[in-house]
Amino acid sequence: MPLLRRSPPFGVSLSRRHLLLAAGSVAAAAALGRTRPAHAVLRLDITQGTIQPVPVAITDFVAAAPADAETGRNLSAVITNNLKRSGLFAPIDQAAFIERIENIDVAPRFQDWRVINAQGLVSGRVTRQPDGRFKTEFRLWDVFAGSQLTGQQYFTQAENWRRIAHIISDAIYERLTGEKGYFDTRIVFVDETGPKERRIKRLAIMDQDGANVRYLTRGDDLVLTPRFSPTSQELTYMSYGQGEPRVMLLNIETNQREIVGDFPGMTFSPRFSPDGQRVVMSLQRGGNANIFVMDLRSKRTMRLTDTAAIDTAPSFAPDGRQIAFESDRGASQQIYLMNADGTGQRRISFGQGAYSTPVWSPRGDVIAFTKHSAGSFAIGVMRVDGSGERILTEGYHNEGPTWAPNGRVLMFFRDPGGNAGPQLFTVDLTGYNEQRVPTPGYASDPAWSPLLS
Amino acid sequence: MTGMKRFFRGVRFATVLGAAILVVAACAQNPTDQAGVGAGTSATPGSAQDFVVNVGDRVFFETDSTELTMQSRTTLDKQAQWLGLYNRYAFTIEGHADERGTREYNIALGARRAQTVREYLIARGVEASRMRTISYGKERPVAVCNDISCWSQNRRAVTVLNAGAQG
Repeated sequence: MPLLRRSPPFGVSLSRRHLLLAAGSVAAAAALGRTRPAHAVLRLDITQGTIQPVPVAITDFVAAAPADAETGRNLSAVITNNLKRSGLFAPIDQAAFIERIENIDVAPRFQDWRVINAQGLVSGRVTRQPDGRFKTEFRLWDVFAGSQLTGQQYFTQAENWRRIAHIISDAIYERLTGEKGYFDTRIVFVDETGPKERRIKRLAIMDQDGANVRYLTRGDDLVLTPRFSPTSQELTYMSYGQGEPRVMLLNIETNQREIVGDFPGMTFSPRFSPDGQRVVMSLQRGGNANIFVMDLRSKRTMRLTDTAAIDTAPSFAPDGRQIAFESDRGASQQIYLMNADGTGQRRISFGQGAYSTPVWSPRGDVIAFTKHSAGSFAIGVMRVDGSGERILTEGYHNEGPTWAPNGRVLMFFRDPGGNAGPQLFTVDLTGYNEQRVPTPGYASDPAWSPLLS
Repeated sequence: MTGMKRFFRGVRFATVLGAAILVVAACAQNPTDQAGVGAGTSATPGSAQDFVVNVGDRVFFETDSTELTMQSRTTLDKQAQWLGLYNRYAFTIEGHADERGTREYNIALGARRAQTVREYLIARGVEASRMRTISYGKERPVAVCNDISCWSQNRRAVTVLNAGAQG
């Protein structure tokens, strides 16, 4: 009996309910003994810089029918990869497991998992329903407390098993860290092929772990800087077609495209407002780039900056009240803030070097940026008043940060220059745990989607 | 300016040896910017090839700068004179940046460079109605390497004669 039904994003039919064990089996498990007090439940503090990853055991999901055994292993593998890449968890090699989980409805032998030092244990089961859908269940156990921390079940079409693995990963992450996860998300990026002086660029979309790559444009037109709508299945991006380069909207389900506005010059550097109703972008007139915002329904346009400078890369605060942007009005590129109506423009970056591509954190408290100084391009963050600058990664040539929806991880691209091409990376807000994100070829301009469910 | 020299060397070499080599040389340098260059063995006065070889179709900029150097002004003076003589041509001024900048800023920087050239040509008497500008930011380098010799060639504005106007 699903307790919760949501409108299915991306055609996924999804239902879930909490799994509970019979009180007796939990009590029995708890009676097996504890090595720490009952109140010391397994929980990570992820606000610190260096974190000792928590050892977790992720078992292959039990398949009710032998034909689904591979799916059971795949679910486990995707969850393992997600948790490992987060840097917060250390999945234990399955070869070390002592107990073989056969039935997830009875408590595991906690002693067997304590011996291999697992603090968390994930078990699960996949069952094909008469209508062909999968029922996927999982349980997360606190091994030392000998108790279940969470358990849920989901129904979905068989081909969507990967999304279920991501949703379960998020449930585990949230239960153990107290913060929302970011695994059930997608990345839109620019796929790059061909020699550098004639690069072919295509919009592509994939799961956050690099799976399910799909191309959204064919490469006929040069395309740049795609961004997700926070509320709909749409992207905004810049495209060189015939005539002036333009900001476009693309529906990723119908592949319908339209030009944003009718401006007397090149438009570029678009981004949605948090309510998804507006697009903020730069308009080039002669030598000047100024920032405009357009309401997508009424098509009403408002000019927000009016300088003889390059004002670009606008990014809304999550509450929609302010916009961060970059400007070279004071000679070098620096980060400025303004109110959403263009008033109150003020510079916030004052460090050594040029600051660009400000992107407001989904939490609202910091702004990520690209910083260019002394031949290095760094990705960093600063508080919204410009204080507390921290560099997360540097070298040649990092650019274009985008936030995971929980504000804990940043993705960016790194282009070593010369004949090589760019690749995508993630780094934690703490500056640790840099990871390359797998893509089929060279990739740039990543943008992280909101959580899908 | 070494970039300029290398560019011309490529073009002359091709001119002597003919069409087949031209394609190769053009690929090594920049295919799009020489789209107007014909396959003839010498530059017919008033041809697109004449413009590229004898006038110079591009000017270069210092890092992060949109100011015209003395050399650039000399080139643009020659461009204005030639365009005044052969006024059947419409043309596009393409602004470019090197890779050492962020994508959005470089798009605007390339536009500024194209605009600088546009204003200079207008001041030299070329009709504004014949021109359009476009910026490619850092998307279309002509020289690909990891040092200053390439970057200086990529910071450029190129005057591209529109095809179909060669009368």
